[in-house]
Amino acid sequence: MRLALRELRRRPSRFTVATVVLTFLTLLLLLLGGLLDGLYLGSTGAIRAQQADVIVYSSNARDSFLRSRLDGEVRSVVEAVDGVSEVGGLGVLLLGGEVPGSDDIADVAVAGYETPPRGVPAVPPAGHGWADERLRDAGVEVGDTVLVGPARTPITVDGFVSDTNYLLQGGLWVDLATWRNTQNANRPDAFVPDDVVQVLVVSGSGDLAAAIDAATDGATSTLTRDEAVGALPGVKEQDATFSAIIYSTIVVVLAVVGLFFSLLTLERTALYGVLKAVGARTRTLFGGVVTQAVTVALIAFVLGSLLALLAGAALPAGIPLQLTPGRFVFTLVALVVAAVLGSAISLRRVIRIDPASAIGSAS
Amino acid sequence: MTSTPATTADGTAAASSGAATHAGPALEMRAVRKVYSSGDSEVVAVAHADLTVGHGEIVALLGPSGSGKTTLLSIAGGLLTPTSGTVVVGGHDISDRTPRELTEFRRTTVGFVFQSVNLVPFLTAEENLLVVNELGGAGTMTRKAARARAGELLGELGLAHRAGNLPSQLSGGERQRVAIGRALFNGPALVLFDEPTSALDTKLGEQVMDLIQHEMRSRGTAAVIVTHDTRMTPYADRTVTIVDGQLSTDTAPPAH
Repeated sequence: MRLALRELRRRPSRFTVATVVLTFLTLLLLLLGGLLDGLYLGSTGAIRAQQADVIVYSSNARDSFLRSRLDGEVRSVVEAVDGVSEVGGLGVLLLGGEVPGSDDIADVAVAGYETPPRGVPAVPPAGHGWADERLRDAGVEVGDTVLVGPARTPITVDGFVSDTNYLLQGGLWVDLATWRNTQNANRPDAFVPDDVVQVLVVSGSGDLAAAIDAATDGATSTLTRDEAVGALPGVKEQDATFSAIIYSTIVVVLAVVGLFFSLLTLERTALYGVLKAVGARTRTLFGGVVTQAVTVALIAFVLGSLLALLAGAALPAGIPLQLTPGRFVFTLVALVVAAVLGSAISLRRVIRIDPASAIGSAS
Repeated sequence: MTSTPATTADGTAAASSGAATHAGPALEMRAVRKVYSSGDSEVVAVAHADLTVGHGEIVALLGPSGSGKTTLLSIAGGLLTPTSGTVVVGGHDISDRTPRELTEFRRTTVGFVFQSVNLVPFLTAEENLLVVNELGGAGTMTRKAARARAGELLGELGLAHRAGNLPSQLSGGERQRVAIGRALFNGPALVLFDEPTSALDTKLGEQVMDLIQHEMRSRGTAAVIVTHDTRMTPYADRTVTIVDGQLSTDTAPPAH
């Protein structure tokens, strides 16, 4: 291992190409992962923030908030189900909002609620709301009145909350009456009566989903919170697409490491022959190859991470890049595993080097 | 030049021994045979070789290309296993050892100096000696002890001032001395030299042989030197010729 590290230190130019290529692959992995995380977190915050165990949709809504409608009668049935401890109504409306002092229209998700999601204060007075940080990025400040939708429904911002967005639109959390008024003023085609909500967020114990759907006699479709996140339009597709690209990139990392260290091992055949002749074990030599591959991967990770952070700072706010600690850890582990597996391709070559080749050889 | 010590009938030299000592000769090969398969036929590289090298004795192994001298040297150094016969080095019978055991044997019991010196190019002279210790396994010295040993050897080889130089910063003769230092690092019973002068002109070749003779003698370490250059044989205590895998009768060269 000491021999391998000395070579890295004394002959850094030999590893420059591999380090540069792996640095850019690291950058690519982090940007792809950051975009996936940004899209996911920005799309699902409003549901992930719910502290309920299950979310109840109308059965004909095909697990869509916007298509779902539940009236007071269904709510009464749900509240009466064994194991149910708390029921709250929830409705979401996607519109544009005029922000004071800004020429741009902000994308707003007006969310009416009864049970406060994680990090969201108690229900504000009618006509007031808690805005997500995303709207701060759009120029909203505390005390501003945002005019929502074509009807320019006024909602005054009392404070900010975070990670509560819905389908990449900034969450604006209001009471249910304000949500209904906003919905009916701007989307009269989708009028919501007074006792109607889109979904119910339900806390309790036991198999709530089955119990609720049985109690409502099929009028509802109940999902866990994670299932509700997965049912959001585009979330699964985004995840599958980005994951495919990310894992393909990891395979490319493995191939780059494998090819580079195979060539390096080929070049070192004579040296390894001499070292084996003087008593080096195969595992010592192979351990050196793995050490070098992992070290190059670690250096590339550090450089690639710095580039990704710079890119994140330079990109426009509209690009949903979110570099989370978890993404850095995932990328680091992926690089190290790919480096170990890639360098393992050289193992067979190292094993096959005959120490006797050192004798009678002039090179 | 150093005088040649007397050689007994079985090849045991009368030189004093500064290397690891034990009962019996430094190298004893009995009825060693090495056969390679080539398709349906067999090629005999070494045929029934008997060779004994005593402690502190220097033996030149002379022969033309393809005569089997490299194969014989490789068998003596545990790089190849014989098809049949017995090989005892420094009291260790290595005839039937596993590849793993032979690796440990090579690290602890024999030293090699290769044809092209073959130092590790990115290590300094001192580190090229220490590399033997850094390969791990039984008998590994502490770093401090290993550095002291390397410093002592480099001093004896007249290279103390070059300890921090890379091989590319050393002359051909200095590289050869570093290679000898590496071979001697673990205090081997036997050092095997593979054509140590083949790439050198006559003058430098003689200097290298003088150095080898001096270093082996001063330590009482036995050496087998493979060469095809008869000008170098006077530096050995005796010369053994190999042709077509057959060892000839030993000849003692004139004192050099």
